[in-house]
Amino acid sequence: MEKIKNRILEVVPEAVVVSEAPLTVSVPPLPFYDLARRLRDDEDMRFDYLVCMTGVDEGESLGVVYHLRSTVYGHELVLRTAALDRENPELASVVDIWATANLNEREVFDFFGIRFINHPDMRRLFLRNDWVGYPLRKDYNADEKINPVRLESEETIDVAPAYEASRDGEVEEIEHVLFKEGEYVVNIGPQHPATHGVLRFRVQLDGEIVRKVDVNCGYIHRGIEKMCESLTYPQMLALTDRLDYLSAHQNRHALCLCIEDALQIEVPERVKYIRTIMDELTRLQSHLLFWSTFCMDLGALTAFFYGFRDREKILDMFEETCGGRLIMNYNVVGGVMQDIHPNLVHRIKDFIKYLPPMLKEYHEVFTGNIIAQQRMKGIGLLSREDAISYGVTGPSGRASGWACDVRKIHPYGVYDKVDFKEIVREDGDVFGRYMVRMEEILQSLHILEQLVDNIPEGDFAVKTKPIIRLPEGNYFRSVEASRGEFGVYIESRGDKFPYRVKFRSPGLPLVSVVDLLARDGKIADLIAVGGSLDYVVPDIDR
Amino acid sequence: MFDFAVVTEWVDGLLRSWLPESWAVLAEFFLIGLCLLLAYAVIALVLILAERKVCAYFQCRLGPNRVGPWGLTQSVADMFKMLIKELIQVRHVDNFLFNLAPYIVIISSVLAFGCIPYAKGLEIIDFNVGIFFLLAVSSIGIVGILLAGWSSNNKYSLIGAMRSGAQMISYELSIGLSILTMVVFSGSMQLSTIVESQADGWFLFRGHIPAFIAFIVYLIAGTAETNRGPFDLPEADSELTAGYHTEYSGMHFGFFYLAEFLNMFIVASVAATLFLGGWMPLHIPGWEGFNAAMDWIPSIFWFIGKVAVMIFIIMWFKWTFPRLRIDQLLRLEWKYLLPLNLCNLLLMVIVVVFNLHF
Repeated sequence: MEKIKNRILEVVPEAVVVSEAPLTVSVPPLPFYDLARRLRDDEDMRFDYLVCMTGVDEGESLGVVYHLRSTVYGHELVLRTAALDRENPELASVVDIWATANLNEREVFDFFGIRFINHPDMRRLFLRNDWVGYPLRKDYNADEKINPVRLESEETIDVAPAYEASRDGEVEEIEHVLFKEGEYVVNIGPQHPATHGVLRFRVQLDGEIVRKVDVNCGYIHRGIEKMCESLTYPQMLALTDRLDYLSAHQNRHALCLCIEDALQIEVPERVKYIRTIMDELTRLQSHLLFWSTFCMDLGALTAFFYGFRDREKILDMFEETCGGRLIMNYNVVGGVMQDIHPNLVHRIKDFIKYLPPMLKEYHEVFTGNIIAQQRMKGIGLLSREDAISYGVTGPSGRASGWACDVRKIHPYGVYDKVDFKEIVREDGDVFGRYMVRMEEILQSLHILEQLVDNIPEGDFAVKTKPIIRLPEGNYFRSVEASRGEFGVYIESRGDKFPYRVKFRSPGLPLVSVVDLLARDGKIADLIAVGGSLDYVVPDIDR
Repeated sequence: MFDFAVVTEWVDGLLRSWLPESWAVLAEFFLIGLCLLLAYAVIALVLILAERKVCAYFQCRLGPNRVGPWGLTQSVADMFKMLIKELIQVRHVDNFLFNLAPYIVIISSVLAFGCIPYAKGLEIIDFNVGIFFLLAVSSIGIVGILLAGWSSNNKYSLIGAMRSGAQMISYELSIGLSILTMVVFSGSMQLSTIVESQADGWFLFRGHIPAFIAFIVYLIAGTAETNRGPFDLPEADSELTAGYHTEYSGMHFGFFYLAEFLNMFIVASVAATLFLGGWMPLHIPGWEGFNAAMDWIPSIFWFIGKVAVMIFIIMWFKWTFPRLRIDQLLRLEWKYLLPLNLCNLLLMVIVVVFNLHF
């Protein structure tokens, strides 16, 4: 760490080290781009994975926080920079260093109005193109007269604005044409059976062949990060279940961990066990749903019902213990809402016995089928480098050979006490992503097997203060959600409300690679790729 | 065995005794048309219900079970609903072609429906090139589908129609060639003759390996021809929402829907006629008692039973297999089925010429 700090100070002498653990460095905007490139390319640092990118309104300036991680050495770094001019905020784009910055910078532009120089496509990401103002700035005017509920549909723009710096530092606005006149562009979505929600792909076709995919997000954008800024910490918890509703427990686990870290609360061992069990059950039901919907996307309709039949058993367990089947509201700061239902343990035991024969049937019905194999193998290849650069984590990243499981990198709960295998495959195609999930189901069962008999006695929650104030500072925690790394970044100024909350959603990187994977394939391959990435739209849009 | 010619001749005689000759013929046309359409509608309803029940049992569900006992009248209610639903006028469509398309599809399917020998003496269109006529009229349907896709002015519909066009024209070859193989074997194109000549054994059993290969190829190509899974690309719901009939509503959609089910019936009955002896009971040469017992079962039941088995197999395909991709679909036809079929035809000719069959 010391070495990295010195190296940064060597490159940028005016950088300020804000905190040591985690190493946080504040860098002025001008040398920022060169430093970022050095951080990725330097043999000793290799920060090749941009975990999370957050815009923050810092008062006089508009800041951006980059959470970096090295997949080679595993060390982490938080980099801060800021655009000093509020009227005309401009920062250098890092799209060519970390590809995942593409959509993230568009998001920051959308919320804070920071224009990223040399970014190819500075359209708004979530909000309408005719939105006035930048809602996550603190001086944003939320008057309904400025942004009324518009009843007419939004104009689709085919020409994206972009900003390019010339050699002498002058910034000029240029235009990037997305789709030319006369190109056959088909909308897949926002209402389409294969997008699994209200997501819109604009697909340029050449006969059956996909030439380009343009992702249009924001149809289910609820402004959850903005809402969090006016909610107390316990109130915020209710919103995380609604991000990726198939990883509800895990999302909430991440937020609880982040708050508990800040408050330095040590939760009882029993809570850790319960949370881990619930996380794994959530992963199981999510992967079962993946299997069902993926098979349905490929036209195997019967498989859909098999998966749902078995997923129902997990939802019944959730219902008994948490009261909810989809939105569980179970984790709270310092523990869980209530103790587990007495039936849970034997239900899980029955389920562990029940599922493996069913999995065998799944493989007989679908995996072994020659048509399914032909539809999956060699389709939508994602290389390891691309997976890291785009930040594609979770089963999709692991199918490309990137061991990115947060449960192994930063064990939380009781993952450090259980024995399980991180499934990593080298294929990187649709079949690889499919098989990683199928094998992870077995691993989750294996984890449950080890935990379910050993839940220690004790309290299911510790007492917390009625009003939670986080000490001033920045906190980031991530967990392994069903479809990738889910992170929570909280910036607190000591109030009972957070100053800025950012959810690092696993879904956004997943949609950002759709263009890469589906290009020059068939329409049917686009559907297969989308199904295998298994994104959940509310998680992308937040 | 009961011969339906008794009934038809009795009706014919009755009409002729009442009416002058030309009027009697006209009245017969009318009656036959009415019976045909009625049978068409009833079979479609039964098939829809059967499909829903079969797929439900494949999928660990119960299927329709609220309207009538075991949901028996569910599809009647659905059809009634379809009839009274509004035909939504879509803007920017080619109105004439848009409205014409479903009728072309349904006409082609009704014409093909009329060619099939249902039972002994129960054939409507039966002449010396019957099977050729059946092939010809059933391929008119593709025109309707292409028109529907083109006139809808919808990109999904167009892609669906183009897929359908490519698919049906390709698989028509396989169907044609496998039928040709059986025509070579039977030596006749007249459907009634083909059925009669299976009296001492069905072609599937008598025709050796080439008949068996032709049967398999016909089954695959027939499933593709009816746009059913795993070949349901033209209306792949997860890719193209509903393919060529995305823009259709009410009874116009109903026509496509009916035609799809009836085409499945037609494909199954042609398979039954060519390979499984049509209405001909199972006869084993030499077993007189057994043959006489088989003859006790009316021919219409034989026919329906065989068709039901074929339909069940086609449904089984749909509810088990995932969907192919368009290039895989075309590769299967042009690279595998077509060469196989051509060789098979040659093999069949050899079998017939050297009298190698049973």
